[in-house]
Amino acid sequence: MSKLVIEGVSRTFPGVRGGAPTRALEPVDLRIADNDFITILGPSGCGKSTLLRIVAGLDAPSTGSVLLDGQAVTRPGPDRGMVFQSYTLFPWLTVRDNIRFGLVERGVPAAEQRRISEDWIAKVGLNGFENHFPKMLSGGMQQRTALARALANEPKILLLDEPFGALDNQTRALMQEMLLAIWEAEKKTVLFVTHDIEEAIFMANRVVVMSARPGRIKAEIAVDLPHPRHYTMKTTPEFAALKARLTEEIRIESIRAAEQMAAKPE
Amino acid sequence: MFRPLVPIARGWKIVLGIAFFVLFVGLWAAATFGGWVGPLFLKDPWQTVLSGWTLIAEHGYLIDIGITVWRVAGGFIVAAVIAVPLGILMGAYKPIEAFFEPFVSFARYLPASAFVPLLMVWAGLGERSKMAVIFIGAFFPLVLMVAVLVSATRRELVEAAYTLGAKPGGVVRRVLLPASAPQIAESLRLVLGWAWTYVIVAEYIAAERGIGKTIIDSQALAQTDQIIFGIVVIGIIGLVSDYAFKTVNQKLFPWSLA
Repeated sequence: MSKLVIEGVSRTFPGVRGGAPTRALEPVDLRIADNDFITILGPSGCGKSTLLRIVAGLDAPSTGSVLLDGQAVTRPGPDRGMVFQSYTLFPWLTVRDNIRFGLVERGVPAAEQRRISEDWIAKVGLNGFENHFPKMLSGGMQQRTALARALANEPKILLLDEPFGALDNQTRALMQEMLLAIWEAEKKTVLFVTHDIEEAIFMANRVVVMSARPGRIKAEIAVDLPHPRHYTMKTTPEFAALKARLTEEIRIESIRAAEQMAAKPE
Repeated sequence: MFRPLVPIARGWKIVLGIAFFVLFVGLWAAATFGGWVGPLFLKDPWQTVLSGWTLIAEHGYLIDIGITVWRVAGGFIVAAVIAVPLGILMGAYKPIEAFFEPFVSFARYLPASAFVPLLMVWAGLGERSKMAVIFIGAFFPLVLMVAVLVSATRRELVEAAYTLGAKPGGVVRRVLLPASAPQIAESLRLVLGWAWTYVIVAEYIAAERGIGKTIIDSQALAQTDQIIFGIVVIGIIGLVSDYAFKTVNQKLFPWSLA
C-alpha cells in the first residue's frame, strides 16, 4: 500500500479583482511508498510548491484528494513535517526550544523532550549551539534546526520545499549529504521540491518532473544509484546521463514558462 | 564620520547626547543673562533652578509630582491591561476585529482632552476623572497598535507552527503573542509618553494638586521659572521612564536584538 496517495489534485486560484482565475496545478496523481525519497523537479512557478502545500494541509485542493496512510488530509498536522525555503525558526526560541516546539504541543514529558532534542541536535551537528537564538545562526544552521524541529515530531512523511534554496553551493552540498544520511539511517519517507536538477537526482530514488504552469506531471524517472551516496557520485557517467536527460526535460518547460511570462506580464 | 547608518562608539554617543543639553542650557543662559530676553518673558536657568528648589522645599512639590505620576500610572496601567488583550484578540481573530475595529478607529480620533469637561460631570473632580482622560487617550490607539502588530506576524511562522501540530489556540499563545511581544512593549512605551500630555491638560482644567496644576497657577502669577521647572520635571520623568522601559524590554526580549 502506498504511504501517500495524491489523486486528481488540482488547484485554481480565484482571479484578483475580477481577473481570470489562475490554474496553478492540473490534476495530479502521485503515489509515494514507504521509505521513498521523491523529488519534485520543475521550473519556477510550475505549482510544485502548491502541490506540497496541499499535501501539508496548508492549502486546499480545488479538486481531488490527498491520503496519508489511507486518511484524508484536510488540515496541517504533525504527521507531515515541513521545512520551508524561507527561514521559519521561531526567533524568540533557542535552537533547543525550537526543536522542542512540537513535543511541547503534544505534551511529551519534559525528560523525553530533552532526550529527543539532544538527540536531534547531535544528528544535525548543532552541538554547542543549543542555546543560540536563530538570529545568531548562519542560514545553513537555521535550516538544520528547522529539519531537526520537523523530524523531532517523528512525522510519517517529511515535506521539504526547496529547503536549501537560499544557501550557498558548498553549504547546500553538505546539507544534501546530511539529509541523505538521516534518510538512510532513519528510513523516512520524503517529498522534496526543488528546481535544481543535480539536487533532484542526488537526493531521490524517483524524480517527478513537472511541466510549466499550469503544472502537471510530465515524467517520472527512477534513480537507481546506490546508497550510501557520496558527493563524488555527481561526477559518475550514470549521474551525468540522468542529468542530461532531466536537463532536456526541464529545458523545454523552462522555455515554455519564460514564454508564458513574456506573453502575460504580471 | 558621516557615513549613512554606520554606528558610533558608545562613549561618543553619550558625549554627543549630553552635548546638546549643554548647548541648549548654554543658549538659554546666553539669551537671559545677556539681556536679549526680558525676565518677565523667560527667567534664566539659575533662577529656574532656585524657584524649583523653593517649590520642592516650601510648597511640597514632590507631592505634586507624586500625584501626577500616580494619575499617569493608574490611567495608563488600566488602559494597557484592557487594551493589550483586546488588541491581541482583534489581531488574531478577524471576526472580533471586524466587530471592534470601526468603533475603535472612530474613537481614536476623539481628542481625549475634549472629554475633560464631560468626565468632570460624570466622574467628579476626583482622581477618577483624571485617570479616565488618560484611559481614553491611551486605550484606543493602543488597541489598534497591538491589533496591527499581532496580525502582522509572519505567516510562515504560523504555518510552521501548524505543521508542528499546534492548535489554533496554541498558535495565538505560542506564536502570535511571543512574535509581537517586543513591539507591543515598544508601543506601550510610546503611548505612555502620550499619557503625559493628557494628564497635564486634565490638571490644567480641574485639579487640587499636580504638576499641571502648579504650572497653571504659576501662569496666573507670571512665574515663567516655575512653569519651565515643571516642564523640565516632566521631561526628566519621561526620560527616566523611557530608559526603564527600554532596559526592561532588552532584558525581556534578548532574542530581538543582536
